[in-house]
Amino acid sequence: MISNKRTIMSKKVKAAIIGPGNIGTDLLMKAMRSDLIEPVWMVGVVPDSPGLARAAEAGLKTTAEGVDGMLPTMREDGVQICFDATSAYVHAENSRKVNEQGAVMIDLTPAAIGPFCVPPVNLAEAVNAKAMNVNMVTCGGQATIPMVAAVSRVQPVSYGEIVATVSSKSAGPGTRKNIDEFTRTTASGIEKVGGAKSGKAIIVINPAEPPLIMRDTIHCLTETEPDQAAITKSVHEMIAEVQKYVPGYILKNGPVFDGNRVSIYMEVEGLGDFLPKYAGNLDIMTAAGLRTAEMYAQEILSGNFVPTAA
Amino acid sequence: MNLSGKKITVHDMCLRDGMHPKQHQITVEQMVTIAKGMDEAGIPLIEVTHGDGLGGASVNYGFPAASDEEYLTAVCKEMKNTRVSALLLPGIGTVDHLKMAVDCGISTIRVATHCTEADVSEQHLAMAANYKDLDTVGFLMMAHMIGPEELVAQLKMMEDFGANCVYITDSAGYMLPDHVTERVALARAELRPETELGFHGHHNMAMGIANSLAAVEAGANRIDGSLAGLGAGAGNTPLEVFLAVCDRMGIETGVNLFKAMDVAEDLIVPMMDHPIRIDRDALTLGYAGVYSSFLLFAKRSAEKYGLSSRDILVELGRRKTVGGQEDMIEDLALDMAKERGL
Repeated sequence: MISNKRTIMSKKVKAAIIGPGNIGTDLLMKAMRSDLIEPVWMVGVVPDSPGLARAAEAGLKTTAEGVDGMLPTMREDGVQICFDATSAYVHAENSRKVNEQGAVMIDLTPAAIGPFCVPPVNLAEAVNAKAMNVNMVTCGGQATIPMVAAVSRVQPVSYGEIVATVSSKSAGPGTRKNIDEFTRTTASGIEKVGGAKSGKAIIVINPAEPPLIMRDTIHCLTETEPDQAAITKSVHEMIAEVQKYVPGYILKNGPVFDGNRVSIYMEVEGLGDFLPKYAGNLDIMTAAGLRTAEMYAQEILSGNFVPTAA
Repeated sequence: MNLSGKKITVHDMCLRDGMHPKQHQITVEQMVTIAKGMDEAGIPLIEVTHGDGLGGASVNYGFPAASDEEYLTAVCKEMKNTRVSALLLPGIGTVDHLKMAVDCGISTIRVATHCTEADVSEQHLAMAANYKDLDTVGFLMMAHMIGPEELVAQLKMMEDFGANCVYITDSAGYMLPDHVTERVALARAELRPETELGFHGHHNMAMGIANSLAAVEAGANRIDGSLAGLGAGAGNTPLEVFLAVCDRMGIETGVNLFKAMDVAEDLIVPMMDHPIRIDRDALTLGYAGVYSSFLLFAKRSAEKYGLSSRDILVELGRRKTVGGQEDMIEDLALDMAKERGL
């Protein structure tokens, strides 16, 4: 109870980051600038990992014992939101444990055990549902689903397809070991959040040096002749929404109209916090995760939502 | 070059790589007719899939006349001796497609990645290797883009994941015989002796035959080609020509040359939408090191936006694009048109 009062006074909600790798560290740097989130814990499994050292230096409590190392004191420390930046394999267990301690889990892995959240499309809906676990789909999903939704909110989309091209250096071992999970989870997000009747996702990894900035192509097939003016307007409005948290989300070309095909060509440059700017794919993930957490924090601070043990 | 007495396996690409120049519109009936002709000619292995592999059906690469499942089911059940392979590019197709293709009756799965990205194939090669009797092949595309040592390290990774055969793939038709020799020879020296080694050429610089011979001499025992050259760019190594050369040199393929020539001339050439030849754009692919299936996409975008397809292809090469980046072509054409005030 004491910790809750303190939270309200400081107008920030305390958070833990699980996974001190590239994603977790980039997320930490963004979270430290937040008006609504105060990162207090960094959880790892390797004692001498540079990520844990960086977090300790930033004043966070750290453990190399995994989530179990934080559990005994996390309530006392006031942690109400956790981010999982580990892997799909361990996510379910991490989520169960922190939920039991009354913290909401924001899942940056492709585990997808909770509802999908793509902030500019369905953040309010996800937060209103008061889910104790939300999933951030995939990097390609965060970069493209807003565009599918921008078309489908104008008129029905029978088929949505995205091609995400990322630099070799920004595709981590988790993605590489289970690339099918990327294509499946993204395709599912194109349907469930993007609003396309059927979805397909393709990922291409390019090793060029200097590394290429993340590129995304979105193709939608509309059921009837596309309303060019309305779709173009909707696309530009949606881009402005994404740019609120990823300023480097840039329309390169399009929308191009060809019969019932609508094609949109995007480039995503990251902020360059911890990850290099070309890794827009990773930046959009951490930025979307933080944005989701901030929306939860607003609800928590205004008393609309009290995360409770599941 | 004395290759007399060498035994090799030729693998025909018409019904997969040949889907590119046909914009994936080869019908099930055409596939069955051609495959039966190849079976009769004694071609041991043929590939049947969307041009971009299992799951390639898309806006980005083109929707085919029939599904992979329909093609594979129809062809596999008609084959007497010829075995059928399918191609899978992780990032486009998934292990679900692999399982489907196995159920259709394929004998061989070829898992393809860009030459530096072999580690994305672990999931698929490991699953394939678990099927008893499934010939599991790792296929490294655009192999001209890296040196022999780096390439062989990637081939060995695929071998470790479970491939019993690995391929050096000249997707851009860029390599010259010396490039092939140094890569194949080093691979042969470093791979396990029981691992088979293959070469897949494109004829954009007219090096298909010469490169394939260089590969055989350096230790490759599987060679891809396609009858009448039906394949992306200026086509694959023209298989009937390669078979004739093999005959003259005493390389054993087990294929009936005249029957193979007849399939090429009577069935495949009449089906072509345009002659498969080294035109200006195909030559540019080879010269600039560009993925061969970009050819028709570049021609279409050039026409639509009033540009030169050669300019587009050269720029794609300069940007070091890789297989699968077909979406880049219209995007680039739009940029070029803007820059030129078109």
